[in-house]
Amino acid sequence: MAEAPTLSYDGGVVRGFAGRFAVYAFLSLFAFIYLMPLFVVVANSFRELPEITRNGLIAFPESFSLEACPKAWLHHCVSGTCEGVHRNFYNSLFMTIPATIISTLLGAINGYVLSKWRFRGSDTIFAVMTLGVFMPGQISLLPWAYILGALHLSNSVYGLIVIHCVQGLSFTTLFCRNYYVNVPDDLIKAARIDGAGFWRIFFKIVLPISPPILIVTVIWQFTGIWNEYLFGVVFTSGRGQPITASLIGMASGGTNVRVYDVMSAGVLIGAIPPLLIYFFGGKYFVRGLTQGAIK
Amino acid sequence: MATLTIRSLRKRFGSVEVLKGIDLEARTGEFIALVGPSGCGKSTLLAMIAGLESVTEGEIRIDDRLVNAVAPKDRDIAMVFQSYALYPTMTARQNITFGMESRGVPKAEQDEAVKRVAALLQIEPLLHRKPGQLSGGQRQRVAMGRALVRDPKLFLFDEPLSNLDAKLRVDMRTEIKKLHQRVGKTTVYVTHDQIEAMTLATRIAVMHKGSIQQFDEPHVVYSRPSNMFVAGFMGSPSMNFIPAELVDADGRPAARIALHGGGAATLPLGFVPERRTADGRVVLGVRPEHLFRYDDDLKARKPGLARLEAPVDVVEPTGAETMAVLKLGEREIVGRFDPDGAPRTGEKLPLGIDMANACLFDPATEILIPRVAA
Repeated sequence: MAEAPTLSYDGGVVRGFAGRFAVYAFLSLFAFIYLMPLFVVVANSFRELPEITRNGLIAFPESFSLEACPKAWLHHCVSGTCEGVHRNFYNSLFMTIPATIISTLLGAINGYVLSKWRFRGSDTIFAVMTLGVFMPGQISLLPWAYILGALHLSNSVYGLIVIHCVQGLSFTTLFCRNYYVNVPDDLIKAARIDGAGFWRIFFKIVLPISPPILIVTVIWQFTGIWNEYLFGVVFTSGRGQPITASLIGMASGGTNVRVYDVMSAGVLIGAIPPLLIYFFGGKYFVRGLTQGAIK
Repeated sequence: MATLTIRSLRKRFGSVEVLKGIDLEARTGEFIALVGPSGCGKSTLLAMIAGLESVTEGEIRIDDRLVNAVAPKDRDIAMVFQSYALYPTMTARQNITFGMESRGVPKAEQDEAVKRVAALLQIEPLLHRKPGQLSGGQRQRVAMGRALVRDPKLFLFDEPLSNLDAKLRVDMRTEIKKLHQRVGKTTVYVTHDQIEAMTLATRIAVMHKGSIQQFDEPHVVYSRPSNMFVAGFMGSPSMNFIPAELVDADGRPAARIALHGGGAATLPLGFVPERRTADGRVVLGVRPEHLFRYDDDLKARKPGLARLEAPVDVVEPTGAETMAVLKLGEREIVGRFDPDGAPRTGEKLPLGIDMANACLFDPATEILIPRVAA
């Protein structure tokens, strides 16, 4: 991100040291509030359980142990099955990657049609599609239950892939269409005169100028689908669940002993992919959202 | 080599009629300029010739082949856009070859064609660069290269110079003219700049509100504009319109105009108008360059010179010439003078009007009243 200029009007908003200190203190407080949960989870993943029970969940670590992570990954027992969350982690990967790719690609094609090949009623279709952006997921639970049943995709990752592709289309279409609207129509006209058709223009001209918005869409879809758990809880169970759903089982089921170290490790494992995505793609995300298309 | 024929062409967007019956034809190798103010329909007309807009009514023929329903790629045309419309992720070479690739032209033939066009436009050193690394003028060259490489029947230009700065625009204008002289392709060129139209075209179509006002050679459009719109649009500063009355002076037709501060002058026309208006009122059209500081030597050389006096209000030297705003009757007129002996502010100028080059318009219809051939 580019360095933003310091706001200053009327001789400067931020006057002197005291003012500057207040700003830093205020922002640091919020940064602390946002980062606290991450710290707690990371710390507890590597603390010894007795120490956690003795000093409380939120405390500065006094012990160190590497046992929790492997346990959460491979051996932790939920309702009698003792194989940790690794299957659920793979389920999530197997669900999120195809769903992200498919919904992003379809969104790009939709956006291309709705901005560059408009037809009678295309604006209405676009308006209806964007309605989906504001539609809470639970509204479609029952229809999905029916459809998955009819397709024999209940309790399978494939069912979740279908759901997330469709549920995500509103967002991906909105993102891509609004990006392509700023691509000059003359480019398309020139290509038509050059003898290129619908798909050749899409693959040779439109897609190559799309990376900024595709990165935004992929990050949005990946983190959204990975973190989603409502559909996972409702439509899958046990070994078939994505990791978000299985973490709930870990927290609620089992014995009376709260294994905070293993639970923290499970949460950490479940949070790693979105964290990595933000870590590597975050700056492109902001850039892609704020930058227009190529002139 | 190709001709373009357009007959009774109409275009409606919903209930709005943007083209109201266009008739136009370009002979082989001709350079036609479509000129007019924004919103006159010239770009729509070009887009219809290209096949990018559908035809509501009428017909477009390229080389006598009706192309109304033919796709842009099958019309054998090439187009240069105002925004250049270069594909941003491709190099200049890829931009130029994209069309040939779409058509499946063999690689060797493509290389040959790129070489030929790059040499013609002197863009060889730029071929490996992307549009973002090119200046405005260079992009324009590459865009022309992309059009030229096709060797099409028809060249279409949509305000190709409007995005360039003033100096480059003049240079590129000359380049385009040279190019046309060398390649000799039939060309349709849309511009809102009347100077571009005058300098480039073999014939100019002046458009206004969806119809063609006049379609003729540049010097005819300039010196015998068919109506007051064309007269006012072509030429800068614009033609002066002076209300006048047609009278007879010594048995010859003359225009009587009001002078500043009362009084009137009778200016012998030096030609015979084909008809008279019912009440004798006309509009006298005089181009700024047909106003002079009157003297007897000049009169000897220009027998059509009529004399009157006009106070000078504002003087604007531009270097090569000096513009002066003069008061005449109730209104102001603009003259273009040689800097030697140019009017001075506040001076009561002995003004010579070259009536041999003046035009008469009917004030009711704004249409030119033609002359009886001498």
